[in-house]
Amino acid sequence: MTNDSMTTQMPAPRFYDLEEHEHPEGGSTMLGFWIYLMSDCLIFAVLFACFAVLGGNYAAGPSPRDLFDLPLVAVNTAMLLFSSITYGFAMLAMQAGRSGLVRFWLAITAVFGLAFLSIEIHEFAGMIAIGATPQRSAFLSAFFTLVGTHGLHVTFGLVWILTMIVQVGRRGLIAANQRRLMCLSLFWHFLDIIWIGVFTFVYLMGMLR
Amino acid sequence: MTTPSDVSPILGKLTLAALPLDQPILVVTFAVVAAGGVALLALLTWFRLWGYLWKEWFTSVDHKKIGIMYLVLGTVMLLRGFADAIMMRLQQAIAFNGSEGYLPPHHYDQIFTAHGVIMIFFVAMPFVTGFMNFVVPLQIGARDVAFPFLNNFSFWMTVGGVILVMMSLFVGEFAKTGWLAYPPLSGITYSPDVGVDYWIWALQVAGVGTTLSGINLIVTIIKLRAPGMSLMKMPVFTWTALCTNVLIVATFPVLTAVLALQGLDRYLGMNFFTSDLGGSAMMYVNLIWIWGHPEVYILILPLFGVFSEVASTFSGKRLFGYTSMVYATVCITILSYLVWLHHFFTMGSGASVNSFFGITTMVISIPTGAKLFNWLFTMYRGRIRFELPMMWTVAFMLTFVVGGMTGVLLAVPPADFVLHNSLFLVAHFHNVIIGGVLFGSFAAINFWFPKAFGFKLDPFWGKISFWCWVVGFWLAFMPLYILGLMGVTRRMRVFDDPSLQIFFITAGVGVAVIACGIAAMLIQFAVSILHRERLRDVTGDPWDGRTLEWATSSPPPEYNFAFTPVVHDLDAWYDMKRRGYQRPLSGFRSIPMPRNTGAGVVLAALSTICGFALIWHIWWLVGLSFIAVIVTAIVHTFDYDRSHRIPAETIADTEALRTQALAAAE
Amino acid sequence: MRRTVRRLALLAVPLLLGGCNLVVLNPAGDVAQRQGDLVMIATGLMLLIILPVMALTVLFAWRYRAAHRDAPYDPDWDHSTGLELVIWAAPLVIIICLGALTWAGTHLLDPYRPLARIAPDRPVPASVEPLEVNVVALDWKWLFILPEYGIASVNELAAPVDRPIRFRITATSVMNSFYIPALAGQIYAMPGMETTLNAVINRPGEFEGFSANYSGAGFSGMRFRFHGMTEQGFEGWVAQVRRAGETLGRTDFLALQRPSQNAPVRHFSAVDPDLFSAILNMCVEPGRMCQHDMMSIDARGGLGVAGIGSVRRLVRGGAADDGAERPAGSMVASICAIPTFPAARPERAAVSQMRLTGAGLRPPGLERSLPLAVSQLPPGPES
Repeated sequence: MTNDSMTTQMPAPRFYDLEEHEHPEGGSTMLGFWIYLMSDCLIFAVLFACFAVLGGNYAAGPSPRDLFDLPLVAVNTAMLLFSSITYGFAMLAMQAGRSGLVRFWLAITAVFGLAFLSIEIHEFAGMIAIGATPQRSAFLSAFFTLVGTHGLHVTFGLVWILTMIVQVGRRGLIAANQRRLMCLSLFWHFLDIIWIGVFTFVYLMGMLR
Repeated sequence: MTTPSDVSPILGKLTLAALPLDQPILVVTFAVVAAGGVALLALLTWFRLWGYLWKEWFTSVDHKKIGIMYLVLGTVMLLRGFADAIMMRLQQAIAFNGSEGYLPPHHYDQIFTAHGVIMIFFVAMPFVTGFMNFVVPLQIGARDVAFPFLNNFSFWMTVGGVILVMMSLFVGEFAKTGWLAYPPLSGITYSPDVGVDYWIWALQVAGVGTTLSGINLIVTIIKLRAPGMSLMKMPVFTWTALCTNVLIVATFPVLTAVLALQGLDRYLGMNFFTSDLGGSAMMYVNLIWIWGHPEVYILILPLFGVFSEVASTFSGKRLFGYTSMVYATVCITILSYLVWLHHFFTMGSGASVNSFFGITTMVISIPTGAKLFNWLFTMYRGRIRFELPMMWTVAFMLTFVVGGMTGVLLAVPPADFVLHNSLFLVAHFHNVIIGGVLFGSFAAINFWFPKAFGFKLDPFWGKISFWCWVVGFWLAFMPLYILGLMGVTRRMRVFDDPSLQIFFITAGVGVAVIACGIAAMLIQFAVSILHRERLRDVTGDPWDGRTLEWATSSPPPEYNFAFTPVVHDLDAWYDMKRRGYQRPLSGFRSIPMPRNTGAGVVLAALSTICGFALIWHIWWLVGLSFIAVIVTAIVHTFDYDRSHRIPAETIADTEALRTQALAAAE
Repeated sequence: MRRTVRRLALLAVPLLLGGCNLVVLNPAGDVAQRQGDLVMIATGLMLLIILPVMALTVLFAWRYRAAHRDAPYDPDWDHSTGLELVIWAAPLVIIICLGALTWAGTHLLDPYRPLARIAPDRPVPASVEPLEVNVVALDWKWLFILPEYGIASVNELAAPVDRPIRFRITATSVMNSFYIPALAGQIYAMPGMETTLNAVINRPGEFEGFSANYSGAGFSGMRFRFHGMTEQGFEGWVAQVRRAGETLGRTDFLALQRPSQNAPVRHFSAVDPDLFSAILNMCVEPGRMCQHDMMSIDARGGLGVAGIGSVRRLVRGGAADDGAERPAGSMVASICAIPTFPAARPERAAVSQMRLTGAGLRPPGLERSLPLAVSQLPPGPES
């Protein structure tokens, strides 16, 4: 091989790194978290695919037109998008090294997230109250599962945000916490992107079906 | 069977009736397992090994120890899965001429389901993950994987899955649906018992571990390679490991989602896979195979890597066509996504769809064929030492081509219409899984055992095991090919046609020979441990190896390499030896290493309890254990101090001992 | 030693095979025969490359063993562009041949495709209509309905030799696979879905049929006899079934579909003409909405919030041996009292017998040639 002959000619090869600089701790975390998000994305891909296949099977029951309240969903979408902006402010505060401000914006993000969840639970409760339960048809099974899985992610995101508020409070913006905030940021924005998919494919296109 | 009114608030569906006291086979098995278990626990207590095991192994985040634990787990489960195989072969060999055999459907149907599930998820997967865990960091000159704690957690999640499957043997029952549990059969209507729930939660718990371990190893390979090791200087095994883990990360989420949907159908009465209210069982079949087919390549690819390493090492020669080997691996990785439909040509897709998937399947055989030629030409003009790993490799090459050929045959849709679900199919996938995955695992065990423990495995018993396995395999599965051509379908419990019996008896004899092979292997381990001084290797390089794992001592120190190696060539260690490397004897620096933690064990244990509670509808325990998982995980994140430093003096002492050992061996 | 074993095995194979019936390779129906031929042709094609590889493996393993010091040793030889080209090209060529064979074979032997011939050199006469057989996989038995004769049978089927048969296949409970190895390849039987199989039996005789997809406790006993009969023989069988006296209406069917194992042969002299459609549309139970109605309602946007309350629990004879009634999912109540089916079910558009673009199919006139040989294709506009 060519590289072989090249290295053979190289004088006095160095076989060990004697002056090794230690890898910074957690240097791989971001990549790992990215890959995790991609795998999570696949779970959503499956749920979207199921919705695409089953979304029209109402079993002689209600269809999206009968159930969805688009203005409410639009408000809900706005909540989540606002929470992404406020998370962005938290990251800017982190760049500036102001841990109090970070916690403030995290709290605001959590409030928006909570509002999103409340509206979603309200929506679900309304549907279940009139009998449009996930058991009623394949369309409703796919709908509740896709939207519910997203909601579950948001719930975990909220738990994580609360944890981070405590941890930043206790330790300040140390490297480990900054890394965690970065991961959480990826996670939170990822949920936004998924929601935009849900809003488009489930709600908007559902109304057009 | 329970109706909702029987569900107790305290114990859920769990009652004394769940214990299979009316089935003598299970009672005896339970007695034997319990006696063995108690004896083992007593021995551990007697020799005061609990503390040692907990501190040095269970809580260890050392990739080498975790790798070894995976292999032990795989070996133990091989015995369980093989016991199932023997029972099936015996049943099929005697259930003729009006005889019902000795297994009622209730039991037999669980056995073939458990056999498939265990062999794939809890034998082959732990083997493969174990090898990747043990070898990859060493081969790329790293000190551990990227996320050592996650690694420990992944392992214990796999153990959690194993515990649930094993528990189903004695508490309740396992699924009676076949290993992929197609609905509607696996739906709540036709499988109202807990069997399918055991299946769902065992795989769900183990699947989380597998996905995380996949992420971990990808990041390890991308981020932690030694300086100089560009992607195209990565050892082939590491390449195959990378592709495998990409496949894991890209497919296991699909399995997770499918299991979840199936769970929602069963637990909450949703309608994904039942057609009454608009669901579609065909969607399940598609989704499960979108995971299932790449899974096959998840299993075989790392072993292709093993064969590459072994062929090159024992032929004393550079691997022929490294570049095309890498491209072939990547091709297989990508193509493995485009073939899932060949598992159900007979579901009635149109001819164009069927032929598309048939042809993509055949196309995979091109890179696979190229690989085979590469091994062949690695042997060409080599100086082949027929040690055990090489013997397994040659046996693999001769066996696997037959399995590959029958596989391509099954990819021709009209041929599949007559052979689908037949014993021909069973023979085919055992041909590739035993001939590829298991033979490869045995090659790998014999190859890397001296690295892990500092002494070789006994070759005499190894050879006995080898011949028993090879001969037994051919005896056991060639009759199945013939039976398939006679139109005999799989998963049958009794037969009418007496002319078939001779083939089943032959296959039974083959399985008995394989049993001797397994016994010989266990004897091989025991004999090797007894004679470890005779088999000792102090050089760390017993086979005249070529890659970096052979550059360190056997077993390697906790930190793997006192100094990170610098790579100039694909065969890095061979290159170092050839060009007169100097092992540094001074100037050691302290090394930060991750600290052991029990959090992985606790989290996995809680997850397993949660799975058990879900299986039996013990809702309070579900809630409690789930909250406990979340709380434990959060508490764990409050521990910021997760590494410790090995002082330079300790490293100097360890390395000095190695220097002495090497000098003594000269 | 291994080679000795293999040699013995090779010797033993024909001896063993002489004594047994390889029905897949030597069936009694033209479709299965062509599928079996394809198995042999594909195997032959692959052996072209497999055998040399195996021989080379053994040869290299022997010749370059460490003890053989005279053999050349070239530790740094790891690349040869020419050789690499060969090792990628050789499998590629085989796969191209096999791929072409697959494309043509899959289209020609598509189970949905009406037969063009009943045997080599014998096209289907224009006057002959295929024998319709409706197949229902039950727990754990097979129901065959012959609408042309208005009769039905359980676990027994007969068909006249050399008359094309068109099976319409469905299931009531779980997935099964309908397979008569001597007749044609299998196809799944799934609840709420219809699959089709076109086939023809060329030899009189008694053949095995069974489910080739595991379906639960009674799976092993889910077998039936398939009789290939002469025209008179078949008329006789039909007459025999007609003498049975039992009739099969919806209520009888609900009793019949209760799980049973190793069910004996049963004959029904008269069958409700809508029964199969009702089974297929999962609306045999009184008051249950049929799938085709549900689908057309869904296609128009469902029944809205008002439709929510139309779900009823279904009860069915249990899968367990005690035969108790159990909940079996849900059903949507029908909105009309008696479900109706279009009198003449719209036929699937006939598959054109003309050459499909790119499919490599012969025009009907050239159908008489080798069982399946791509080499016989006449030059077409697209080739």
